[in-house]
Amino acid sequence: MSDKTDITLTINGQSHAIRVESRRTLADAIREDCGQTGTHIGCEHGVCGACTVLVNGEPVRSCLMFAQQADGKQIRTVEGLADGDEMHPMQRAFMENHGLQCGFCTPGFLMLAVGVLEREPDISDHDLIDVLSSNLCRCTGYQNIIKAVRAAAVEMRQS
Amino acid sequence: MKPAPFTRHVPRTVDEVVSALAEFAPLDGRILAGGQSLVPIMAFRMARPAHLIDINEVEGLDRLAVDGDYLSIGARVRHGAFHKPVIDGPLGKLLAFVVSHIAHYPIRMRGTFCGSLAHADPASEWCLVAATLDAQLVVKSVRGDRIVDVTDFLEGIMSTSLAEDEFLAEARLPLLPDDTKFGFYEFSRRAGDFAMSAALVTYRLVDGVITDACVGIGGAEDRARRIPEAENVLNGQAPSPELFVAAGEAAATAIEPLEDAQTTAEYRRDLVRAVTRRALERSTQ
Ligand SMILES: Cc1cc2nc3c(=O)[nH]c(=O)nc-3n(C[C@H](O)[C@H](O)[C@H](O)COP(=O)(O)OP(=O)(O)OC[C@H]3O[C@@H](n4cnc5c(N)ncnc54)[C@H](O)[C@@H]3O)c2cc1C
Ligand code: FES
Ligand code: FES
Repeated sequence: MSDKTDITLTINGQSHAIRVESRRTLADAIREDCGQTGTHIGCEHGVCGACTVLVNGEPVRSCLMFAQQADGKQIRTVEGLADGDEMHPMQRAFMENHGLQCGFCTPGFLMLAVGVLEREPDISDHDLIDVLSSNLCRCTGYQNIIKAVRAAAVEMRQS
Repeated sequence: MKPAPFTRHVPRTVDEVVSALAEFAPLDGRILAGGQSLVPIMAFRMARPAHLIDINEVEGLDRLAVDGDYLSIGARVRHGAFHKPVIDGPLGKLLAFVVSHIAHYPIRMRGTFCGSLAHADPASEWCLVAATLDAQLVVKSVRGDRIVDVTDFLEGIMSTSLAEDEFLAEARLPLLPDDTKFGFYEFSRRAGDFAMSAALVTYRLVDGVITDACVGIGGAEDRARRIPEAENVLNGQAPSPELFVAAGEAAATAIEPLEDAQTTAEYRRDLVRAVTRRALERSTQ
């Protein structure tokens, strides 16, 4: 029952050959087996969105996917956003607009917002609010997150 | 919490899915589709299946296409596929409007239409759509295929007429005539939460008078269903605010409301009265 299987997780372009049980969630595999602890785990049942990563370009809850299901897929996490020392426009916008306080929810919000804006660059401000309702933040009151994402959206559309 | 151990099977064809189900369902095996309901339940250890038959690699199940007079939705078609209208005409618009009420964007990237029907949460938006539009379900097993009317499929809270070795391979929604009007309204406490009550209405206008009214209610009873008492109020009448109030009243009276700690029967009826009227109001906008 606890048979392990060899899989390869490609995280931010880097391959990680790991051996996991079928019950291992993608979130746990990213953190525990691949050592990429930027992805956070809050509720482990799909409610908080802290674990959001991109799988083949789609934002998903990594606590609701099994690691084996992501074998061979392209995974992107918060560690892959910056280009060397150059922050991603979304990261810079969060900093400039005070879109975080404790920062626990931030990786999830960043991946959610980047994923949706890459897929739908012309999404309306109204629909962006609906998207951002996916994730929970206990600190900011959301207003500065919304401000940050709208600012980054303008910049991402121009580039 | 972490899910309990299980063995994962990864069939590539529908034939392999049904033979895996025949073999492993008796050993506490079941289908893993989007995992957006099953994995949380496993994390809570409310389910500890010994085998999961993961359909995410099965060829062809992502088929979403018009076949004659219905839209076929394969078992791997995700909620997110409906974000933009999938076909011209009222059905595509209806599905695009309703889908935005289901959970949240990342959950809609994984969760499936058929998985929602198989899971049969009374508040599921797709169960309401299927019930209101008289969907047909294509059910497969090693014993053969059958086509089931939605009224015979949804049996109660998280309960369907699927046998343990049966696979819901496809849902079929009848196309709506071009002049169909529709309205949907859902009440929930926060965006993305399950509906505490929801109404979907469709009808046509002939010489200013309503015909073919379908009034579906979800989240209020143990399963989504059409409410003939409300449809009878509408058919043959011209739309008006008073008529919509009367239809809401008929729906509120007809239901057998679910009760829980937060929701009395009386409150649930009140919600049904309101969502029915508001869905009808939206149909004229
Ligand atoms: C935070 C959160 C909020 C949510 N909010 C909503 C909401 O507002 N409205 C809503 O409707 N849903 C909501 N959901 C649930 C979501 O829509 C699920 O995607 C859906 O209920 C089940 O689809 P799935 O493909 O994920 O199925 P899974 O989770 O994979 O499976 C669910 C069940 O159905 C069975 N099953 C799945 N597919 C088949 C098949 N083809 N044949 C036979 N059996 C099958 C499985 O064995 C399992 O028992 C929410 C989920 C989360 C985590
Ligand atoms: S940890 Fe995945 S949604 Fe909360
Ligand atoms: S910044 Fe603390 S939870 Fe969002």
